[in-house]
Parts: sequence; structure tokens; C-alpha cells
Amino acid sequence: MDEEYDFIILGTGLTECVLSGLLSVEGKKVLHMDRNDYYGAESASLNLTQLYKRFRNSEPPAELGRDRDYAVDLIPKFMMANGEMTRMLVHTDVTRYLEFKQIAGSYVLRDGRIAKVPSTEMEAVRSSLMGLFEKRRAKKFFEWVQNYREDDLATHQGVDLDKTPMKDVYYKFGLEAGTQDFIGHAMSLHLDDTYMTRPARETYDRIVLYTSSMARYGKSPYIYPLYGLGELPQGFARLSAIYGGTYMLDKPVEEIVYDDKGKFVGVKSGGETVKAAKVIGDPSYFSDESGKGKGEDKIFLEGRVVRAICILKHPIPNTDDSDSVQLIIPQNQVGRKHDIYIAEVSSTHNVCAKDVYIAMVSTVVETNDPEAELEPGLKLLGPIYDKFVEVAPIFSPASSGSYDNVFVTRSYDSTSHFETVCDDVKDVWRRAIGSELVLKKREDGEGIQEAA
Amino acid sequence: MSAPAAAPAEAPARPVQVKLVLLGESAVGKSSVVLRFCQNDFQANKEPTIGAAFLTQRCRLEDKVIKFEIWDTAGQERFRSLSPMYYRNAQAAVVVYDVTKSASLEQAKTWVKELQRQANPNIVIALAGNKVDLVRPSSDSDEPSTPTSATSDDDEADDATATPEDDAAEGGDEEGAVAASESRRQVSREEAEEYAKECGLLFFETSAKTGEGVVEVFTEIAKKIPLDHILASTRGPGGAAGRGAGRGGPAAGGASVNLNEEESAKKDACAC
Repeated sequence: MDEEYDFIILGTGLTECVLSGLLSVEGKKVLHMDRNDYYGAESASLNLTQLYKRFRNSEPPAELGRDRDYAVDLIPKFMMANGEMTRMLVHTDVTRYLEFKQIAGSYVLRDGRIAKVPSTEMEAVRSSLMGLFEKRRAKKFFEWVQNYREDDLATHQGVDLDKTPMKDVYYKFGLEAGTQDFIGHAMSLHLDDTYMTRPARETYDRIVLYTSSMARYGKSPYIYPLYGLGELPQGFARLSAIYGGTYMLDKPVEEIVYDDKGKFVGVKSGGETVKAAKVIGDPSYFSDESGKGKGEDKIFLEGRVVRAICILKHPIPNTDDSDSVQLIIPQNQVGRKHDIYIAEVSSTHNVCAKDVYIAMVSTVVETNDPEAELEPGLKLLGPIYDKFVEVAPIFSPASSGSYDNVFVTRSYDSTSHFETVCDDVKDVWRRAIGSELVLKKREDGEGIQEAA
Repeated sequence: MSAPAAAPAEAPARPVQVKLVLLGESAVGKSSVVLRFCQNDFQANKEPTIGAAFLTQRCRLEDKVIKFEIWDTAGQERFRSLSPMYYRNAQAAVVVYDVTKSASLEQAKTWVKELQRQANPNIVIALAGNKVDLVRPSSDSDEPSTPTSATSDDDEADDATATPEDDAAEGGDEEGAVAASESRRQVSREEAEEYAKECGLLFFETSAKTGEGVVEVFTEIAKKIPLDHILASTRGPGGAAGRGAGRGGPAAGGASVNLNEEESAKKDACAC
């Protein structure tokens, strides 16, 4: 432990593990620690014993089956098939350690009914979500998206993606409020309606990501790792280790040590201080749950998200008995400011016993009774065998870290995918390394010996 | 990662992919054993494992070809921080100890327990006491590995037989060359063998340096693995080669997606 590191990384959540892997590949000397005796921090997947211990401090009921069959995620996220996380996995070759399956369907609540989100523009114009005339207008809108070429003004049809607000684009194509909801929330996956007044490019990019992800495997834009999301941090941790990263689990961090100017010196654990040039850590290492405590000046509370992990003995009703779904309840449909998301996975993804379904309902907290806010989602699930509710703070770093060499990551937000996690990886990289993250394809094939 | 749907004209010896994990205390020679097996090579004073932790090697057994996908710990065992992903779906494990360090056998025993608790219940475990070259009289070090008739290394032209090592090379141990003598031995063959028998493990003494016993470890594992079962389950719809195998059948519902499919040309070369 006398060694000095380039980076100490605290917490083995996905963001930290991706950074650890990329930094090690880059030749940085990394020490990665976690206070828990398992990988993944908030992005871990727990077995039944761990799950009941965390939420109930009790043993799981025997009828749920074998412990080892379960890998229950703590955060509800899927991977966009054509998204940035997929690209990071492929470029780092971490895909070697993992196996993925599709999420079987994507649904949206509309006028109290669950409807399938059309998987293509063609399906969209055939869907029951729109009347005949609206379909024609929507078709024109999707044709515009599809034909848009950056360098061909004629294809822009007068829209400047960097200037025209999205609501003006909707107006231009004459789209009804319900269609706007569907495009803005079910396809662009905006959590609220603030995007309407922002330039259209953001939404345009999201529609393109959605449709290209959809086009990749067909059933939904989402893919999911077998054995749960907790496999992702483990995969990147292995990448880091292969490139010399040192891993220490079950290491309580007693203190983050600063010099008299407040600059980072090292991390104290087990009475010993390990030194490093820089530290990267998840917000929990810089605060207690309320956001107070030592290091509270490093982070600020952005908001809170409420999540209910529900164990079901049946698929979510009205979703065509799908083994996995995403179901979005747009804010307008239930008089809220933020959408409610439901993510369901099952034994198909090796995360629970046969005939068990794990559904997670989540939203951004708006009131003093967060659990009640989930009600519109919970009531779509049918009988719930057991339910674990948690309100989690969402922290953001309070400073860039350029002064104190402390680079805090963001908490996992309420979006349904990993795009913001990738944004955070790039942001921390930029702050900690001082240049843009460029993903290089690994050429070494990890020492693979292959017969032709 | 996933196997192509079905090879148009299936060759008779379609390889059976077997995930094999290495376990054992740091510096017992885990990587060296694999290097010997896969590349018939040995590096004295090998640095701790960096950058190469995923080797494959084919092994012929009667009419079948086994493709070992060998996972190295990448140093994550050092502070007992191996992830569950590491054992996931492993069909075989080689737990290595150092015959000159009795503590390494104790460590090996805890790894065996861990495997029995965490890994696939049908996993085939081999216990390998490495660095026997250090406890042999030096005149005896010409002992080549003796590949059994069941084995042929079809990856490399040179058979998996040890080439004489440079005498200056050190004895598979970071401590450097020491006069080889039985007195360095801390773990008797009998003691380890008895433990292995009790726990139902295959047992070998090996030398990654000379090659002694190394090929046998893998051949015996290959013989003990239920190959037909693995082959059957990977042929099922959606069964991915290797990873999904050995779990008593293909995972239910829907094929796995291959994220690398855009680079299929490149992948095809190694997807068997």
C-alpha cells in the first residue's frame, strides 16, 4: 500500500467502473475501492438474500425459490441498442464477458389504456394511437426526420434544429397534443415538457436514436444484459483489472484526506492513507444520505427519485404477456410534471425464478408523499407479491474538480437508459484528464489466440 | 459471442466451447500454466497478469474438439475482489497452488469452497500443484510433458511438448533461481492428493516451466466434462456457445443479440 496511484476510484457503480476501465487502458495507475463486499454500488443487482436484507433486514420467503436465480437491479435502466453504452461496450471489447437480450416491448399509457409504441414510422401511421388525418400529419413529420440532411437546406423545410424550438416544429406539422406526448415522451424519452421550448436538435437526435435502436433488433429499442445490470460494472472492472487496475472490495473509507489548501492527498482506509494524484468517486463517498456530512461542499442535491421494486407472479397486464417491457406514463396523462416509468424483466433475462416478474416503477419526486406518486404506475401491475420502495437523492458535483482534484460523478437519474451515464463518463473524463474522451477500438483482442 | 444460427454444412468436429476459470493465490503461476498450455511458452519472472487474460485453446478428444475459453483472474483475486461474473457459467476450473508454499494450498481450499458455493454445480474442478520443477533434482528437469494419445494441439505446429528451457531461466518463481531440491517442498503430493480425492477434484502436479503435467490437466478436464450435454444445449434455439451452456439447457425465450454484428466479418473468423 506504499504505492502511489494516478487515480483512486471510490465506488464500483457503472460510471466509476467505465471510467476505471478506460483510464487503465489509457495506462493510468488505478486503485478502485468499494465499501461493499460486492460490485456495482447503486447499479448492482442483488440476490434475494441481499435484497431482503437491504430493505427489510429479514430473510426472503422460501417460496420465491433459489437465491442464486435472482439478480434484482436497484436502478431501472435499459440499454439503447444503438446508444452510447453499447458503443462503449463494443469498443472496449467488454461485450466478450456479457450476453444481451432484447426487451420485448415498449408501451405507453394513453387515455387510460396501454398501447404499444409503434416500432417503425410505418407502424406509427398504422397504429390506433392516431386518427386518420393525424396519421397523415405524423407521416409527414417522420418523413422530415428521416430525410433531414445537415448539408441540404431543402430537406430542412425551414426548420433550424439549433434555433427552432420543438413546439414550433410540432406546430409546423400540425401535430395534436396526444401525438406530441407520444413523440416527446415515448420516443424521445423526455421526462418532462421543458424540451418544448428548447431547440429541436435535442429531440431530433433522440428520435433518431430511438428509431435506429429500434431498427437494430426489432422488438424494442432496448437491450438488457443477462443476469442483470450489475454485470455491466463487473465487466468494465474486469477490463480495468486486465490493464493493471487494482481492486479492493469491502474497504470502508474512513476519510478523504486533503492538504491545508484543501487539495486532495489520499484516501484513508483501515488506518492507512493511500495517496493518489486524483480521486473519482460516487456522491455517497462525499456525503451521508441527506447530502450533508463531510465533503458536502463537493456535491449538491439536484432532486429525488422514488422507485418501487415489485415482485410479480405474472406479466404486467395488457402488455401481450411480454417477458419484458418498458411502459411509460407521460406526465400529462396523469396530471404530473414528470413521467412515470415502468421497467419489467423476468427469468428470460436470468434475473429471477421462472414465472416471476420484476417490475420497477419510478419517477422524479414532486410531493411530500413520494410513494403515492407511483400509484398510477403501481395500479397497472395487477396483484403485487412484494414491493420495496426507496427514495434516492440525485446528486451532482458542485465543482469541476480542477482545484481540489476531486471528481465526483452524478447519481443515477430517472431516465430509462444509460445515455446520461455515458454523458457523465465523458464529463468526468474531460474534467479529470483535460481532453475529450476518444473511444479507441481495442486491437489487442485481449491476448486472444485463435485458430483460423 | 453467440454462435451463428446454424452452420450450413456442419463439420463433424464442431468445437465444444468450454469456459474454464483459473483460481489460486497470487504468484502461484496461474498465467504461466495457461501460457504453457496455449502457447507452449514460459517466461521467467513473469510480471503479474496485465493485458492478456482471455486465452483460447483447442484440444482434440477422440472425435470431438474442445475449445477452452480460459479466463485468468487479472489480479482481482489479490484482495479477494473477484466478481461473480468470473465464475458465471464456467464448466471447468483449475485451482492452482505452489508446492513450495503450504499457505497457497490453504488458499486453494478456500477457492474450491467458493466454487462449490457460487459456481455451476456441475463444474469440473482440477487442483494443480505447480512449480514441481523447484522440488526436483536438477538432473531430472529434462522431463517433457507427455501428451496423451487423446490430445493433439491443432493450433500450433509444434506439439505441446516442452522445449528445453534456457538454463539461466529461473524456476517459475519470482524469488529467483534456487538450487532445486526436494527440501523446498512444503506440500506433499500425498496430502494434496488426499484432499482432492475427498472433494472430488482432479489432481495434478505441474511445472509451467518444464511443461510437466500441464497438458494432462486440460485433457483430463476435457474427459470429465459432459460434452454431449453442452453440445446439445448450445444447439438449442438461442443457446449461445459457451456462456449459456451447462445450465441444463438454453435460456428460455428469444435469442441473444450480438452487439458486434456490425463487425461480423471479423467475428466470424473466431466464432467457430
